[in-house]
Amino acid sequence: METFKKNRLKTIFKSPEKKVSIYFTAGYPALTDTLDLLSLLAESKVDFVEIGIPFSDSVMDGEVILESHKVALENGMTIEILFDQIQKIRAQVSIPVVLMGSMNPVYQYGFEKFCQRCHEAGVDGLLLPDLPLDEYEKYYRVWYQQNDLAPIFMISPQTNGDRMKRIDELGEGFLYALSGNSTTGSTSEIGDNSEYLQRLSNHKFINPVVLGFNIKTKDDILFANQFADGAIVGSAFVKTLKGGFNKERTKHFLEQLM
Amino acid sequence: MNYQIDENGFYGPYGGAYVPEVLYSNVENLSRNYQAILNDPDFKKELSRLLKVYVGRETPLYHSPSLSEVYNTKVYLKREDLCHSGSHKINNTLGQVLLAKRLGKTRIVAETGAGSHGVATAMACALLKLPCFIYMGEVDIQRQFPNVGRMRLLGATVIPALSGSKTLKDATNEAFRDWINNPLNTFYVLGSVVGPHPYPDMVARLQSVISQELLHQVPEITGKEKPDYVVACVGGGSNAAGSFYHFLNDPEVKLIAAEAAGKGLDSGFTAAATFRGKPGILHGSKTKFMQTNEGQVVEAHSISAGLDYPGIGPLHAWLSDTGRAKFVAVTDDEALDAGLALSQMEGIIPAIESAHALAALSQLNFKTDDVVVVCLSGRGDKDLETYIQYSNSKKTAHGNV
Repeated sequence: METFKKNRLKTIFKSPEKKVSIYFTAGYPALTDTLDLLSLLAESKVDFVEIGIPFSDSVMDGEVILESHKVALENGMTIEILFDQIQKIRAQVSIPVVLMGSMNPVYQYGFEKFCQRCHEAGVDGLLLPDLPLDEYEKYYRVWYQQNDLAPIFMISPQTNGDRMKRIDELGEGFLYALSGNSTTGSTSEIGDNSEYLQRLSNHKFINPVVLGFNIKTKDDILFANQFADGAIVGSAFVKTLKGGFNKERTKHFLEQLM
Repeated sequence: MNYQIDENGFYGPYGGAYVPEVLYSNVENLSRNYQAILNDPDFKKELSRLLKVYVGRETPLYHSPSLSEVYNTKVYLKREDLCHSGSHKINNTLGQVLLAKRLGKTRIVAETGAGSHGVATAMACALLKLPCFIYMGEVDIQRQFPNVGRMRLLGATVIPALSGSKTLKDATNEAFRDWINNPLNTFYVLGSVVGPHPYPDMVARLQSVISQELLHQVPEITGKEKPDYVVACVGGGSNAAGSFYHFLNDPEVKLIAAEAAGKGLDSGFTAAATFRGKPGILHGSKTKFMQTNEGQVVEAHSISAGLDYPGIGPLHAWLSDTGRAKFVAVTDDEALDAGLALSQMEGIIPAIESAHALAALSQLNFKTDDVVVVCLSGRGDKDLETYIQYSNSKKTAHGNV
């Protein structure tokens, strides 16, 4: 019998400290960099990681992450390889892992099987931005629950109060709040949406709220922390990997961030 | 069988709205309001006035003597190519831009493949005074350059889509990304019966003016109460949806959808989504499209930029599954031959998209008294260079024999 492990993501959010998360794309810049990146991030002060499942047509993403998806697919990255990689390194690292990506590759893999493999490999949360809440409730929730997989949902400046409440009721682990109306890695500044950020901060959420999109620097993180329980850095991190993973360069970036 | 959307925006298993949260409220707001707006008497009056005096509707149903002779039946062409913009696309864009104004939107984005939808959107925006941004794949910008010039002349900003295959699929991605970055002021005028609910149904309703006119034109002109066949090309499928719409529940009217086989169904260079696609989620809806086993979208190929799309709209996926419409695959060369033939026999140069519908006729068996309506969805002015090159290469090949 497999020992039931507690969901790592839910565990870390029991402490009140602000959290920092890093996003990177599976299989970028090289196919096996997923392993080295996970090890490095686990050794750093990063609290949890998000790994992007590359997709040919990701509409949520801007230039930097789109390029990383393209390269990862050229490198031959697949969901099966990603699960194998995470499973392999799971014995050595305990950092919580959230998978993030478009619906279609998961749908083709088979949703139930995908959730089972998440559990086997040691994945703690799943964020599919184009998964409708109704479908999650009707068809998929049961598989998340059976596999102790936290369903992560997004909140945007367009999300009204009633819907925030519903998302909060359905979500687990944390809520992924967009910093503004944009694709990933856009040039907009996170301070441009103060009314919305204030609304986020005032709303009484059951779940922790983590701010993502266009958070590039330590200052951005500190700013985000005024309104949320943590921040996620994506495109700015992926940018540092362009041209090949260099452990020292990545370490330096992380040190400057925290 | 039901061929209309259910309350959740599905045709059978296809359709729905798979959009990120940032677009949810826009799509939801549109879902709640589009039917009321489309059915509002003032809106209907204004749209039908524009369709008449600006577009030039209704479009003729024209008996084609030469095609009738070739196929030994009665072939009629529904002349959408005579619409002001040069294709049926303007039926949809006028409706959507009027609707966008009703919703208080102040900026329009759209995707375009061949440029027909882009030109039609740019015209509607010029007429109705809204700024217009058109995404077009870099590859398509090169092969349909006359339409790029037209859009710019009409005051639109044409933005090259540089990602992926740099064709219609990628222009659609870029238009979605623009909308995600500008959800408050911007309305996305989608050009086909694709995308999240309510777009497939909304576009089908706006294009259904085509079959609406056929309801009275067919009896008046052919003497028969209704057509035996309605034939249309399918990329995303808007002119087919519009031509089929009022006949969907009449099984006596056979519906034929011509898909672009590109260089052949087994060539690896095709755009025939019902033949080579499978269900999945793309551009906000569940539908059929060409993809790898891992769910990565496969790049389409068709000589026709307007059909060069890896998927079809959810209505068409459903019509294919249920057998309500028969889907046939037409290669690049078959379409070009059919287009050249119509040009020479009757002085009508069809868009290469529409030429696929003409070429499909050779795959069907008609009775002599059948009434066969082909939707001639657009004119071929934008395709002159392709036709001329093809025609010359055939002459050269001939000369070498």
